[in-house]
Amino acid sequence: MSKLHLPSAALNRSRRRFVQGLAGGTLAVVGARHFALAAAADAAATADAAATDAGAVLSGTDFNLEIGALPVNFTGRPGIATAVNGRLPAPLLRWREGDAITLRVSNRLSAPTSIHWHGMIVPADMDGVPGVSFDGIAPGATYVYRFKVNQSGTYWYHSHSRFQEQTGLYGPIVIEPRRGERHHADREHVVLLSDWTDLDPEHIYRTLKRQSNYFNFGRRTVGDFLNDVRKQGWKTAVADRDMWGRMRMDPTDLADVSGYAYTYLLNGATPAGNWTGLFRRGEKVRLRIINGSSMTFFDIRIPGLELTVVAADGQDVEPVTVDEFRIGNAEVYDVIVEPKDDRAYTLFAQSIDRSGYARGTLAPQLGLQAEVPPLDPRPLLTMMDMGMGHDMAGMDMGSMKGKDADMSSMPSMDHGATDHGAMSMGDSMSAAPHPAPTEFGPNVDSVAERPQTRLDDPGVGLRNNGRRVLTYADLHTLGGPIDRRPAGRDIELHLTGHMERYVWSFNGRKFSDSEPLRFNYGERLRLVLVNDSMMNHPIHLHGMWGEVESEKGEFLVRKHTITVQPGQRLAYGVTADALGRWAYHCHLLYHMEAGMFREVHVEHRPRNDAKS
Amino acid sequence: MSPRTKLVWICGVMGLMAGSFALAEAPHVPPDPPRHPMADMPYAKMAALMQMDDTARTGMVLFDQLEWRNTALGNAAVWDAQAWYGGDTNKIWLRTEGERVAGTTQNPRADLLWDHTFARWWSVQTGGRQDFGAGPARTWAAIGIQGLAPYWLATEATFYVGEQGRTAMRVKSEYNLLLTQRLILQPEGEANLYGKSDPARRLGSGLSDLELGLRLRYELRREFAPYIGVVWSRQFGETADRVRESGGNPGDMQFVAGVRAWL
Repeated sequence: MSKLHLPSAALNRSRRRFVQGLAGGTLAVVGARHFALAAAADAAATADAAATDAGAVLSGTDFNLEIGALPVNFTGRPGIATAVNGRLPAPLLRWREGDAITLRVSNRLSAPTSIHWHGMIVPADMDGVPGVSFDGIAPGATYVYRFKVNQSGTYWYHSHSRFQEQTGLYGPIVIEPRRGERHHADREHVVLLSDWTDLDPEHIYRTLKRQSNYFNFGRRTVGDFLNDVRKQGWKTAVADRDMWGRMRMDPTDLADVSGYAYTYLLNGATPAGNWTGLFRRGEKVRLRIINGSSMTFFDIRIPGLELTVVAADGQDVEPVTVDEFRIGNAEVYDVIVEPKDDRAYTLFAQSIDRSGYARGTLAPQLGLQAEVPPLDPRPLLTMMDMGMGHDMAGMDMGSMKGKDADMSSMPSMDHGATDHGAMSMGDSMSAAPHPAPTEFGPNVDSVAERPQTRLDDPGVGLRNNGRRVLTYADLHTLGGPIDRRPAGRDIELHLTGHMERYVWSFNGRKFSDSEPLRFNYGERLRLVLVNDSMMNHPIHLHGMWGEVESEKGEFLVRKHTITVQPGQRLAYGVTADALGRWAYHCHLLYHMEAGMFREVHVEHRPRNDAKS
Repeated sequence: MSPRTKLVWICGVMGLMAGSFALAEAPHVPPDPPRHPMADMPYAKMAALMQMDDTARTGMVLFDQLEWRNTALGNAAVWDAQAWYGGDTNKIWLRTEGERVAGTTQNPRADLLWDHTFARWWSVQTGGRQDFGAGPARTWAAIGIQGLAPYWLATEATFYVGEQGRTAMRVKSEYNLLLTQRLILQPEGEANLYGKSDPARRLGSGLSDLELGLRLRYELRREFAPYIGVVWSRQFGETADRVRESGGNPGDMQFVAGVRAWL
């Protein structure tokens, strides 16, 4: 099945240039050396790397960042990006744990701007969300961010104003731990993935509102139906179409915006630009991988190398070795690789809908490259992704729709999270979802009837692909949770939406219709997210960590951005130790714009006032 | 010393003993309270500061059919267009259709509707319709539903009440069958019914006309798709009689060619 169906060879050529981008161009060349850093231990090498491209890396405690427009050309078509200090991605900021830092951010745009330090635990007025943390930065104005850095690891920063993140305002942050890196590496590279578009993001959003499958060129055709008939038989193929047709859902709905509009970048370089990170054979190379894209999930692998994941969202984890991992928007993974041969390796990051890829190279010297693997076949969503359980027989679960359904009579679920021994809230915890009454309005197109926790599920397109793929169940943050108290209460939120109308929400309520979530200062609570929609949603809580729990309620991993798969039910602990107003939202940029955003207030309140 | 502090100490000591791999866990440090806390504010103000507004309105103009037809009466130009503007729940909706054949415009009409989503796949539409063209103009009040029926059938059904006790109904449905990602076959059907005959506009009561079309379009871009197709249209009852009286044929198979475009 051709995803990029185009009528002529000429168009195919131009399409290839669009997808792969330009090999030349200032940015692409810069990209080749952009983030080539030696490990912190090797100070001389750091100086060398910085010297090759002054301004690509900024370190110290005092920073001046200027946000302005930058002419770029990634595809042969000139465009205007939003950049920091004239750079896309924005400069790498290197901080040291324990330092108090000052960042003067000046706005040279004609529109208001902001910078949010993604994953940083900072006072509410330093968090950088206009309307929640501060007033934003007006054109011509400067805002001074001041905070103490009390954490270490890989993070990133981006605009929280309108669609500036889509037009290029994102950059990496690396914080050196005061007591040295736990996992030794001889060398390190930052790998920041993003999705560039020549289109105006305003146009993309309007287009999604008018025809939400506009960018999906992988829908099922008559030919696919005939293939299915041949492979599965008439009955199965028809039953499958019947089911999806009755639900009016599309199993190919993997990404709202695809390679049709996007050229995927790695450290600001197109696939043809081929960002290259150097290594010497036998070295341990740490890759700090950040998904700074607006709408794209990437599946990352380096054929020929095992990836040892040592940190997730800046937090050290028990090392776990995999071949591949999926990274949601705003998620961060640090991996260590040990290239044994004197040859080039391709860093391959295909988009979740297989409509394109970002690509770079690890090589012993510049100019080498390795084979770029083909895109995997485009996957289809399954009934499990619909929250309907494993099998078609699960379709007769209509009786569970009722809010008063007797949960004790529920068929035992193979992955059911029924055993929450630590729970003290009586009726509030059970494997069964509790859809909010507000979910049954017109702007929600589906409600998962049998969501599963499935933390060991690598997700659509990665299941049983013959490679070891990272799952949340593999992640164990070292040192345990920051707060060992059991959660005092649960707040269950359903991730909801209506793909046809392109409306996104929590509990069927858009941000404009919602009330802030209120956390009591000092309490430990549990956020339970149930994804009723057919898409992955990377959910980001500002100001506080989320500590993902296993199905048994054991601590797994501490994250700032937690991907909830379609049909999944996921719980995480939060300690409300950050006074103030915070943003809580889906990190898919256009989902956030369309209403998948909540305000969280952490405030002093008497404990006995607490209610969920 | 609280149990938690003890634990931290134990972890720390163990860490130091175990060497580089087990450095003491960096403790989590909660942030200081904001020095300049932001006060609560109404949504509108927050939306303005954030430049993010899920109540923002948008609009669309769609020429679903803009086509040439070879009818029994000669070449005809036919349009079927709609435009909407509004938010997720409430929209203003304009529909218009008509046919220009042999120098006259036949059955041109326009509906101006308020569209309100009330269910997962459906919205209710209320407003008015005006019929222009040959014969006296007719004005109707309209109420209907529009939405997506199972199996992705885009469907609209509108009931009209006019002057002098006139009633009418229009039902329309269409489907998109993907031959490839860009080559799309669109079957479509439309029926008009009238409560009583309107000789001045050459309309009979009951099922007045039925049109079934099959159009094959190629989406050069999603927004611009030339097409060819066939349309079978048939008048019934008194409407058909009137067509026969004027020497026409109440059943007609037509070839069509046109463009589907939106912006």
